[in-house]
Amino acid sequence: MKYRQAKTGKLMIDILPDKCDYCGCCVGVCPEDAIELKEAEIFIIDERCTNCAKCVWSCPIEVIKFNKEGVPA
Amino acid sequence: MKTDYDIIVVGAGPAGSIAARFAAEQGASVLMLEKDRDVGYPVRCGEAISKAGVSEFIEPDERWISAHISKFALISPDGTEAVIEFGDAGYVLERRIFDYELAKTAAKAGAEILTRAYVNGLIIENGKVCGVKYDYRGQQKELRAKVVIGADGVESRVGRWAGLKTYIDFRDMECCVQITASNINVNNETLYFYFGQNVAPGGYFWIFPKVNGAANIGLGVSGMVGKKKSALSFLNNFMEQNFPSAPILTSIAGGVPSSITLEKISAPGIMLVGDAARQVNPLSGGGIASGMIGGSIAGRIAGEAVKKNNPDYILTYDKEWHNRLGKRHEIFERIKNGIYNFSDEKFNKIAHSFNSIPKEKRTLGRLFTTALVNQPSLLVDIAKVFII
Repeated sequence: MKYRQAKTGKLMIDILPDKCDYCGCCVGVCPEDAIELKEAEIFIIDERCTNCAKCVWSCPIEVIKFNKEGVPA
Repeated sequence: MKTDYDIIVVGAGPAGSIAARFAAEQGASVLMLEKDRDVGYPVRCGEAISKAGVSEFIEPDERWISAHISKFALISPDGTEAVIEFGDAGYVLERRIFDYELAKTAAKAGAEILTRAYVNGLIIENGKVCGVKYDYRGQQKELRAKVVIGADGVESRVGRWAGLKTYIDFRDMECCVQITASNINVNNETLYFYFGQNVAPGGYFWIFPKVNGAANIGLGVSGMVGKKKSALSFLNNFMEQNFPSAPILTSIAGGVPSSITLEKISAPGIMLVGDAARQVNPLSGGGIASGMIGGSIAGRIAGEAVKKNNPDYILTYDKEWHNRLGKRHEIFERIKNGIYNFSDEKFNKIAHSFNSIPKEKRTLGRLFTTALVNQPSLLVDIAKVFII
């Protein structure tokens, strides 16, 4: 299995883009500027992410998941 | 469109539009860029505002006033309603019209506006911001400006690209969900605030009436709470218990940066306003009025800096904001930290003692002082709230 690579190893943050409301809570709390958010498009910038999970905790509608196994490439 | 402007504003919410207007009124050439298709949509907001907060910037217009507010109802965890009457004090807005009309006032003052323009980088030369890079309908473009004003909301990245520390502690992020529902049987002049562990720990749940029996309903909880239970689950629980079959017309998530203002909101070539600068009132979570005030100060100063041909003049913005509202928000932040940590029992006690005083004496100030007199056990907590 190939995994996406974060700054600190395997990427474990998984945004479910089709369930997202694009509200920006996650972008506001991200210490690494590792989330790209457009009008109706969102994704992690893998090489900046440190898997800190602050975006997971601050998502009001549970569309960012912490995946210990790693996010498949 | 020109190839360079005196001032470029990123984001066309209330703070951005007012900044653009005030800058244009100084004679500067101004362009405001909005990433979304529409100014004013989608609405991520409770939409309540005081009359004074609006009328400083725009003539009240029934087209964007959805309800006239004269009362607050604070509902404690055991269901006790403490009602405070204010007279004709505020509005619930129709923000998709309000934001649009605000942007038009900027346009009337001479500002150019472009939607679908997503700013994705800054031009920085010798440590000074000199313009923006943006995507417009799939084409990557650049524009130069003497000053860039970041009004790009809770998700602001413009500030951090300029080297300002803008990310917010997840514990200070009020993570919100908000719906517009119909057939909600509440008083159409009352803002309802619910407190308690079951409805919105570390925040509040709101029902704000709108025209024709609709209401703006939602809640915010700290990211600390969101770690265990999301805002969405709190909303679903409340609606199932109270309005199980209410028709839902809109539903969306949102975030309120509920903290004091950033340590620095200007740097060479860049200023931040509104949610991007964390100019929200941290006690109420209200950010429309304070964002417009921030925008008006920043826009005017940016315009003056251009007129004086003195780029460093924009750095006076930090101090002017601090004196106008920033200082007060620091006090509100301390009060917030006191109140939002109250236990359910404490909220109940305050509501009961408040309701035991004569109706005409029930003011917001009384809510605290009476609680203090009638419930000596609350003294320490209330004192904590007011210690500056």
